[in-house]
Amino acid sequence: MTPKVLPSNGPRYGPFGGAYVPETLVPAVRELEAAYEEARRDPEFRRELDRLLRTYAGRPTPLTPAHRLTAALGGARIYLKREDLAHTGAHKINNALGQALLAKRMGKRRIVAETGAGQHGVATATVCALLGLECVIYMGTVDMERQKLNVFRMRLLGAEVRGVEAGSRTLKDAINEAIRDWVTNVRTTHYLLGSALGPHPYPRMVRDFQRVIGDEVRAQILEAEGRLPDVLIACVGGGSNAIGLFFPFIQDENVALVGVEAGGEGIESGRHAARFADPQRGRLGVLHGTQTYVLQDADGQIALTHSISAGLDYAAVGPEHAWLREIGRAQYTYATDEEALRALRRLSELEGIIPALESAHAVAEAMKRAPTMEAHRLIVVNISGRGDKDMPTVARALGTHVEEL
Amino acid sequence: MNSLETTFNRLRAQGRAALMPFITMGFPRRESAFELVPALVDGGADIIELGVPFSDPLADGATVQAASQQALQNGMTLARCLDQAAELRSCGVRAPFVLMGYYNPIFQMGEHTFAQRAAEAGIQGVIVPDLPPEEGDTLQATLRAHGLDLIFLLAPTSDETRVKLVARRASGFIYLVSLTGVTGARDQLPPDLEKFVARVRRATSLPLAVGFGIARPEHAAHVARVADGVIVGSALLKVIETASNPVAAARQFVAELRAGIEAARAARPDEFPRG
Repeated sequence: MTPKVLPSNGPRYGPFGGAYVPETLVPAVRELEAAYEEARRDPEFRRELDRLLRTYAGRPTPLTPAHRLTAALGGARIYLKREDLAHTGAHKINNALGQALLAKRMGKRRIVAETGAGQHGVATATVCALLGLECVIYMGTVDMERQKLNVFRMRLLGAEVRGVEAGSRTLKDAINEAIRDWVTNVRTTHYLLGSALGPHPYPRMVRDFQRVIGDEVRAQILEAEGRLPDVLIACVGGGSNAIGLFFPFIQDENVALVGVEAGGEGIESGRHAARFADPQRGRLGVLHGTQTYVLQDADGQIALTHSISAGLDYAAVGPEHAWLREIGRAQYTYATDEEALRALRRLSELEGIIPALESAHAVAEAMKRAPTMEAHRLIVVNISGRGDKDMPTVARALGTHVEEL
Repeated sequence: MNSLETTFNRLRAQGRAALMPFITMGFPRRESAFELVPALVDGGADIIELGVPFSDPLADGATVQAASQQALQNGMTLARCLDQAAELRSCGVRAPFVLMGYYNPIFQMGEHTFAQRAAEAGIQGVIVPDLPPEEGDTLQATLRAHGLDLIFLLAPTSDETRVKLVARRASGFIYLVSLTGVTGARDQLPPDLEKFVARVRRATSLPLAVGFGIARPEHAAHVARVADGVIVGSALLKVIETASNPVAAARQFVAELRAGIEAARAARPDEFPRG
């Protein structure tokens, strides 16, 4: 059978993607592209990365059958991909290890990165400690406030955390600042971008480093069930955990791919980060080097976003997701703050797993979908990270008070 | 209106570099350009760069970021920038205008509508800092069809292949980013600036204008000795922001920069080696 969808390796995913960067950075993204291409073909690089993923990051992560959640919902059987059990508590370590090894290979000893929820910042600080690289993390001051624990972790790991006061003081402003640092120090510095976003080759490279999630799921579900799942569900901020899960299944047309955006306080409220769900403000645009769906006003100014989860609180979506949606290969929906909180509680009580608020958006979609499906159907939900970092936020939302660091 | 080419040719005949101040439209007040632009011309500016504010100006330092944010709060939009440019023309301002703005607002307006409205507004050139030549094919063709130049940039990190590529694609002038970094006033010019300018000069006969970090009359004088245009943005915005009479202060500052450029005239070689 001829597959309908041929995967793209960039720079374009259909009409999406590209490399909209200032001239100063053009040579840097070209150099990165060449270095990545060379590393990718080098068995020694692959071996070193695999070794670290196994012996340091704790891969493979388990695929856990969610028996009690399945029973409570009635309907399709649910499996959980446990990225929360990877070192540092989220899938971000997969990409951080890959890019840090690449930076070292390129002779760049200084790393800059942005972070929203702090998980990518912690993963980056961690691999920099491991590989002896200098590390500067940019983080919006609003995010620093809601993710104090992760700020402390990054500093403990030896990273310098620089607060960003500009704009909305969240993830997009942290990316602006990281890019400005990169423009200034481009000869010595690698920008370790944390999601499947930004100028080519980042969306492709980050996807390749995250596809280990989907590759493992494929082997694990075949071993457990002897067949592929019917539905894969993942949350989508920039979309790195989702593309990592989806990518190895793109040509399996019977596997439905479902991305879940942050519905915030509801689409009508305007306070959300659902690029695909808001037809008025979510339009094709260019942000941070890539052409994709962007939440914006009529003048093309980037909109302020809202989500209870800092990791989904971003105005643009990775270009490959925009393409998978355009060609109908993946579908995208959203979960509100409230639905995510409910899902977080449900999974905690029924399975003993406290997911990150980001991942709870995916769980919420599984809770909607499973009861509508037959009992022999299989759903795999990516638990992209663990919820420890979110306890102060969750406690506040539930009306209790947790003493913060 | 004078085209960019005519302006640079006239100045070249006079043996002097062009003074190209940059302001953020809508800063400090929404209608400020109506006072500031005539004052800049009065002070001795040859070409005016009109900055379109954007919410996420990733090639800009703190000064332009703050001015942009203020301008957006004042309700400035790309459409209003074009309207104001048109109105400045009808008030008799004849200096060439170069519009500088990030790509997304242009993309939202639509490249064709943008080019048409920019041409109607009497704009001669457009600089889009996040649109390298590889992504700029259609905008360049559309602007050209309306008689406008898309101005490309080169940076110290650009190697010979890129210098040649930009030289082949460029029209109007080439914007040389003086340093590896973002916009913003600096105390000193980068030491390798002359070599960088000479490197590009070997590849093109187009005028070369230098920007980023130029803050003082002596900087302007220095740049004017080696290049064809001197671009000053953040330092001017700072003057506008801090002065009790921003319009008079802007005129005065531009006059000082112009004096620096005039002083450089004697020291300028008659003819640059052409590539």
